[in-house]
Amino acid sequence: MWDTITNLLPLVGAALHDFLYGFLPGWLAYLLLGFIFIVILLVSILNTVLAFIWLERRGISRFQVRLGPDRVGPMGLLQPIADAVKLMTKEDIVPAGGDRAVHYLAAVLVFVPALLVFAVLPFAPGVVFADLNIGILYIIAIGSVGVIGVFMGGWASNNKYSLMGAMRAVAQMVSYEVPMVLSVIGVVMVAQSLSLEHIVQAQELPFILLQPLGFFIYFAAASAELNRTPMDLLEAESEIIAGYHVEYSGMKFALFFLAEYANALAVSIIVSTLFLGGWKLPLVPPYIALPLKIFAVFGLMLWIRSTLPRLRVDQLMGFAWKGLLPIALLNIFITGGELLIFKGYPSWLALVNIPLAALILFIWSRLFTIKIRATATSARPAPSARNV
Amino acid sequence: MELRTQPFMVNIGPQHPSTHGVFRLRVIFDGETIVDLEPVFGYLHRGLEKLGEGRTYTQCLTLTDRQDYLSAMNNNLAYVLAVEKLGGIPVPPQATQVRVLVSELQRIASHLFAIGAFINDLGAFFSPFMYMLREREKITDLFEMLCGQRLTHNFLRIGGLSHDLPPEFMPALRALIDSMPRFIDEYDQLLSDNEIIWARSKGVGVLPRDLAINASASGPVLRGSGVAWDLRQADPYLNYPQFQFDIPIGANGDAYDRFRVRLEEMRQSVRIIKQAMESLPGGPVMTPDVNLALRLPKGEAYAHVESPRGELGYYLVSDGSINPYRFKVRAPSFINLTTLRELCLGWKLADAIVILGSIDIVLGEVDR
Repeated sequence: MWDTITNLLPLVGAALHDFLYGFLPGWLAYLLLGFIFIVILLVSILNTVLAFIWLERRGISRFQVRLGPDRVGPMGLLQPIADAVKLMTKEDIVPAGGDRAVHYLAAVLVFVPALLVFAVLPFAPGVVFADLNIGILYIIAIGSVGVIGVFMGGWASNNKYSLMGAMRAVAQMVSYEVPMVLSVIGVVMVAQSLSLEHIVQAQELPFILLQPLGFFIYFAAASAELNRTPMDLLEAESEIIAGYHVEYSGMKFALFFLAEYANALAVSIIVSTLFLGGWKLPLVPPYIALPLKIFAVFGLMLWIRSTLPRLRVDQLMGFAWKGLLPIALLNIFITGGELLIFKGYPSWLALVNIPLAALILFIWSRLFTIKIRATATSARPAPSARNV
Repeated sequence: MELRTQPFMVNIGPQHPSTHGVFRLRVIFDGETIVDLEPVFGYLHRGLEKLGEGRTYTQCLTLTDRQDYLSAMNNNLAYVLAVEKLGGIPVPPQATQVRVLVSELQRIASHLFAIGAFINDLGAFFSPFMYMLREREKITDLFEMLCGQRLTHNFLRIGGLSHDLPPEFMPALRALIDSMPRFIDEYDQLLSDNEIIWARSKGVGVLPRDLAINASASGPVLRGSGVAWDLRQADPYLNYPQFQFDIPIGANGDAYDRFRVRLEEMRQSVRIIKQAMESLPGGPVMTPDVNLALRLPKGEAYAHVESPRGELGYYLVSDGSINPYRFKVRAPSFINLTTLRELCLGWKLADAIVILGSIDIVLGEVDR
């Protein structure tokens, strides 16, 4: 019984597989099966993205003591759909002097990698499109393609704000890729595998407990990759309005918008998979456990977004290279040392690693902020006084 | 191969989320660094000073609260003071005290808006702004109770007020003033020691004390640079000398200090309101027989008040007719803006937005 529930999705898949192969020639069944799965994946991603958009708008409005969209459908649930319809019917404008082909291609180049990432993400035991043995490498490689689309979009728009946003995008995304990759290495070392399926299975204890420092670095770097506040420099509204996609309208803008949230969804799934134990949760079937974790991670992103102001360009780059990179290297060093000493990675190391990570973060943040404070002149102004 | 680079010019505004209205900055960038900056004014010019010359003194009152629409009470006050000074019109004590109340309430409302917009310019996703607006909303509700208007009140009259406080006003004000310090402390805790706000605004846009004085800056911009100059104490009007309050000043003159000064001034305003509430004299609020088609004696008068943005002055010249011969406004945010270029040179684009936000301009007043 329990086994049936846990393996519900693979069982359905296998049944479909058997049914199609029963009366169709092999190649056609293969094609058809692939097509069906892709459609299922696309539909579920897009629906989750719509749910994310709704959650973000409603959630942030609750953080900001206001109601948020509540006119379209119950609790505003149909608002994202109304927005999507609006975007699709809007005029598609290419700015005068813009590069038509590149302008078009950019939207596609941003959207496609955002979807491709989902090919290797494990949703439940056995439910993964391609269980690549180098799944993590694939994710990182595909993830870094998006920046090309962003730059192309900014360049082809023939707009100075777009160009500025694009320049910031390249600098920021390339910089944050480095600590992000390095933070994943710790997980790979502990799990002894690059396959996401294996990494999930290796987590008797979620890796957030064994690799707290890695989690912090990954989360910080990933939110920079997603350009969410406090690192949303490439579309900083108060400075460069919308950054690289300021000249996009209609469906092309919708593609950028969808890609942003699809990336947020992908990062939520990756964080859940690498650090929170993926689909594993005691007493909860995997296809409920994973969504729970996804929405928890996304909620954390929302919380940060609605709380923090934005960093400046140079401070942001400094944070990547001077802040995150050294502790990412330190994390690899510590993990490697522990592996060497204990010939494995026993669970009780969590008791060592959590205080250690807290200590490192504390010391490092003190050291790092000296730089910022030294440029600022002195302490807070004394509200001093001339009494009448 | 050597890459050829050139600075490039960007128009920030007139339509831009952070220019607080239709204000345009012509900026020349070297990468992200500002090489040159030129503010371009006038997109909201309505010719209010000229319009005033064609209206009676009573009608001019409605022009004043459309200038600095975030502190309409202070604008009304400065104009009314100028007319009363020129005409020698007496004001009943109750009206004077209520004027203090409303202008301090307006100061809190305006500073809330300024701080919210400033943090928004730092890149926060509207959250601080919404919290500030929540508090400001209570004050606008009070004003609505007082005179039916939320933004352009037109509550003061030449020689007094349009009417006395409604009976439900004082309990509502008391409730607001009791809760306000708690909110101000909360914002202070949340914002003042925030690492990112420190990093973004400390040391940014330092306005030296001498430059601030020479540029005749006023208000929180001047006090942020460490000059304890507040017209409420330097050249007292109404009955401010009766009240105990401090003038908060900054140490460095940077954007952070200007923000802190505003935060601290809200506390002082709460203090003043508390004292003013205790000592309301009562009695009539309007001097009888002030003619609506008022004729002022020939001459000129200048009256200034400490508006939330600085020294707000009205200069009136009368030729004995029912219209002012000259209706001149000294708009504080216009004059505070004159140092913008010096403040921004060499900083990055993001800093220019922060500096502009810390000066706290209202375009209705800058362009008039």
